Amino acid sequence: MSLNKEVEVLRDVPLFSKIDHTKLKLLAFTSENLIHEDGQFLFKEGEPGDAAYIVLKGKVSVFIETEKGSVEIAQLKRGDVVGEISILCDVPRTASVKAVESVQTLKVTKDTFIHLLTEFPEIAIEIMRELASRLNKTNIQLREALTS
Amino acid sequence: MEKTLFKFIWRYSKRDQIILLILTAISFPFLYLSLDLPKTIINKAIGGKDVPEEIFGMTVDQIDYLLILSGVFLALVFVNGGFKFYVNVFRGQLGERMLRRLRYSLLARVLRFPLPQFKKVSQGEVIQMVNSEVEPLGGFVGDSIALPAFQGGTLLTILIFMFIQDWMLGLAAIALYPIQGYIIPKLQWHVNQLGKQRVRNVRVLAEKIGEAVSGIEEVHANDGARRILARFTERLGVIYGIRYEIFRRKFFIKFLNNFIAQLTPFFFYSIGGYLVIKGDLTFGALVAILAAYKDLSAPWKELLTYYQRLADSRIKYDQVIEQFDPQGIWPENYQMVEIESDFNLAGEVSAGNLSILDEESQPIVEKLSFDMGKSEHVALIGPSSGGKDLATILMARLLAPDSGQILVAGKQIADLPEAATGRRMGYIGPNAFVFNATLKENVLLGAMHRPISRDEELNEDLKNAQLSGNSLDDLASEWLDYKAIGVDSEESLKERLIQLLQVVDLDRDVYSMGLRSNLDGSDDEKLLEQILAARKKFRERLDKSDISNFVESFDKEVFNSNASVAENLLFGTPKGDRFNSDNIGTNVYVLEILEKVGLKDEFIRMGKDVASTMVELFADLPSDHEYFSQYSFISSEDLPEFQTLLARSERLGLDNMSTEDSNQFLSLPFKIIPARHRLDLISEDIQNRILEARKLFAEEIEDELRDEIEFFEAGYYNRSSSIQDNILFGKIASDRANAIEEVNHLVTEIIDQENLRPVIINAGLDSQAGLAGSRLSQGQRQKLSIARALLRRPDHLILNEATASLDSGSQTLVMSNLLSEMKGRNITWALQRASLAENFDRVLIFSGGQVVEDGSFKDLVKKEESVINDLLREE
Repeated sequence: MSLNKEVEVLRDVPLFSKIDHTKLKLLAFTSENLIHEDGQFLFKEGEPGDAAYIVLKGKVSVFIETEKGSVEIAQLKRGDVVGEISILCDVPRTASVKAVESVQTLKVTKDTFIHLLTEFPEIAIEIMRELASRLNKTNIQLREALTS
Repeated sequence: MEKTLFKFIWRYSKRDQIILLILTAISFPFLYLSLDLPKTIINKAIGGKDVPEEIFGMTVDQIDYLLILSGVFLALVFVNGGFKFYVNVFRGQLGERMLRRLRYSLLARVLRFPLPQFKKVSQGEVIQMVNSEVEPLGGFVGDSIALPAFQGGTLLTILIFMFIQDWMLGLAAIALYPIQGYIIPKLQWHVNQLGKQRVRNVRVLAEKIGEAVSGIEEVHANDGARRILARFTERLGVIYGIRYEIFRRKFFIKFLNNFIAQLTPFFFYSIGGYLVIKGDLTFGALVAILAAYKDLSAPWKELLTYYQRLADSRIKYDQVIEQFDPQGIWPENYQMVEIESDFNLAGEVSAGNLSILDEESQPIVEKLSFDMGKSEHVALIGPSSGGKDLATILMARLLAPDSGQILVAGKQIADLPEAATGRRMGYIGPNAFVFNATLKENVLLGAMHRPISRDEELNEDLKNAQLSGNSLDDLASEWLDYKAIGVDSEESLKERLIQLLQVVDLDRDVYSMGLRSNLDGSDDEKLLEQILAARKKFRERLDKSDISNFVESFDKEVFNSNASVAENLLFGTPKGDRFNSDNIGTNVYVLEILEKVGLKDEFIRMGKDVASTMVELFADLPSDHEYFSQYSFISSEDLPEFQTLLARSERLGLDNMSTEDSNQFLSLPFKIIPARHRLDLISEDIQNRILEARKLFAEEIEDELRDEIEFFEAGYYNRSSSIQDNILFGKIASDRANAIEEVNHLVTEIIDQENLRPVIINAGLDSQAGLAGSRLSQGQRQKLSIARALLRRPDHLILNEATASLDSGSQTLVMSNLLSEMKGRNITWALQRASLAENFDRVLIFSGGQVVEDGSFKDLVKKEESVINDLLREE
């Protein structure tokens, strides 16, 4: 996939929607474009996290190990971001992610990501907005869970 | 060391100086004759008075006589010139020999300095003194006795000649010498004092330069460059001032000398002329005197210069000697005495009443006593200033105690030569030093103490060395002590080295270095075959596995999207500079090939696209941003230029730009690795044309360029590429997740299957350690130093926080390896952490320069109130 096509995908990522074209291109250029074959892990639960992945093509499955075996919590597709929590705060991976079919991702390392945030504060604000809205969603879900 | 320059000269060059003196003495009669002859020629042969009727029985007339005398004159010129030439060469050789001797003895002294001396003398100063300050001394030594004798003698000969001609004129010639002799030394004295100051200040400058270079990281990290420059400026200013003053004074002396020298002819013309007119002096005699006077000024000048050099050299000698004669310098036989071949130090250690004083004579350690049993493994722990490190340094006899003694195996180590302590013991300190050589050479240094064999007859170089009192050890002979290592052949040595690397946990690192290194010097065809076999096996295994597309193999007919455009075009490894990534875009032959396949314009167009992408991506970044070196095709310095070029190409169109401008774009596409950079510029059509260019490039290359590249050939080992690249024979796919790890894993598997690991470790051992081991980490340097000490199987291994830079996993491994390696022999180990002492036979706890606790780890820990428990709690 060419750089310009990658940028088109990045455009559709809500987190990056307000970010300038050139910056997205720089992000893509300084990141690796990787292919994971069907069943190959992007990362496993409990590992230290050093990169986030943006799905460019194909599907990945996010799942956690429980006493009853592994439970899939989500399937992610083109334009979704996975693994960003671990590179923002130093916690081990909270779930495992593997390719469902042949998947193409953009691997954004911690360094690249942090660089992006420090060099372009507007991205940081976008991230905050996104995280706040996720927190809000979680709060709503929690309230629903408690009341039901 | 001789206290004065002349004692040094006399002691080491007596014979040569006497020869010089004799040669000089022999030359004088000829000189006298050559002075006297002109008078005879003018008065007798030309003047026609007293022409002899016959010479040696042959009748001669006036013309014959003139020709004969002129011939004799010519012969004398030859003889005098010949003497001068011979004497000069002899003198020069003598001077060089003495310089060599002086330098050698200074260097030998540096190696015998007691260690605290190195706190007082900096590296810069030592280099300055040995390299440049003694240099003029060499020239002076050759001249020291012969020159005054020769020039003095010449002067005297000429004077005698003058006095014989006419005592009044002789007197006139030297009338002003007493004045010169009185004033000049007085003036010279001031210059000498300035000279001394200059030497001192240049030394300080040398020290400051050394400091700035060693501390360069601190300078940058603390933004200290301007202050350093100001300091240099200050020093250079002082030196400038002194040098200017010296020149001013020197030239004044010169002026005075010249002036006085010009006064003398005045006497000749007036007094001499008067005498000739009066008839008291012949005309011929006056001409001869005038000619002689012309010759007189040269030796006189030489003598005066000699006097200045003498004073200069004395100062230099004194100032240098002072620095190289510190208190407590070790005697020469410490390093030169050999030990019996069965000598050993296996046994107990007992140290009694050791005291060490600091520079102000205050005790650092007082009455320290300790002992260790035979083959005991002892840990020394305690606070950092407690004395444990000093105990190890004293044991290794790197420092002599101010009082007290250490016995090892019943022998006073103070009396032992370094051959005993430096072979039967091994010491590794925290600042393990690695020399600028290969890793292997660094390890082998541990068993290279003296040449094992020596030729009966000294070779030419060593004969010369002997004449200068230098070392007679031939660097080219075998130094490695196989017996001490316990091996008997090159092969078993290799095995032993690998074992040692395993003991110090360095084998894996060296293996990786080996994989990345070239075997360019190897003549071992069998080995190359083996690696080629591994290449084949690797591809086979890869093809069968599910990661077959993780490596894109080199194929003459196929474009490799994981290799750069340059690599695709060359299809080989550049050997020299001409095809490397910096130059390929401007190489005439490459451009010619591009033109032939019609790619040149395409490259310019692609180059322009690359440039505009780079400008788009990187123009906003600060110019020192790390992304420039990591990702950009264009450096931050060149970026503005490309911005201008792009603007121009927009305005004029690529076709209308000057060739010079458009060629700037030409070099950019060579850097593209299509799979990694995803720039979408290398279409299939272009790939095909690059393949065409590849073919043409190999076909039409001229012999002269043929040596600049080694082509990829499936059936041949590529000596310009690393072992790893030779096995891969392709590029790791950059778009496959975990490709590098998976591929490396497979490579290692194949290597172990083919039993190539030892070979690769050996190749790794041949990699360079860099200046002061800079290519290795501090931890690796420490490991290498431990291997170096272990190599000769010492009776005592003494470690002073020698694994402090290792990560904890490696440290535990190395420690347990060493404890088992040294089973049955002594280990004394000053540890940085108390908890590490657990596996030792015995623990000594040092505090305040005393052993405060002594016993096994278990027993000591059991006690409620013990220092070791305090130390363990603090960790």
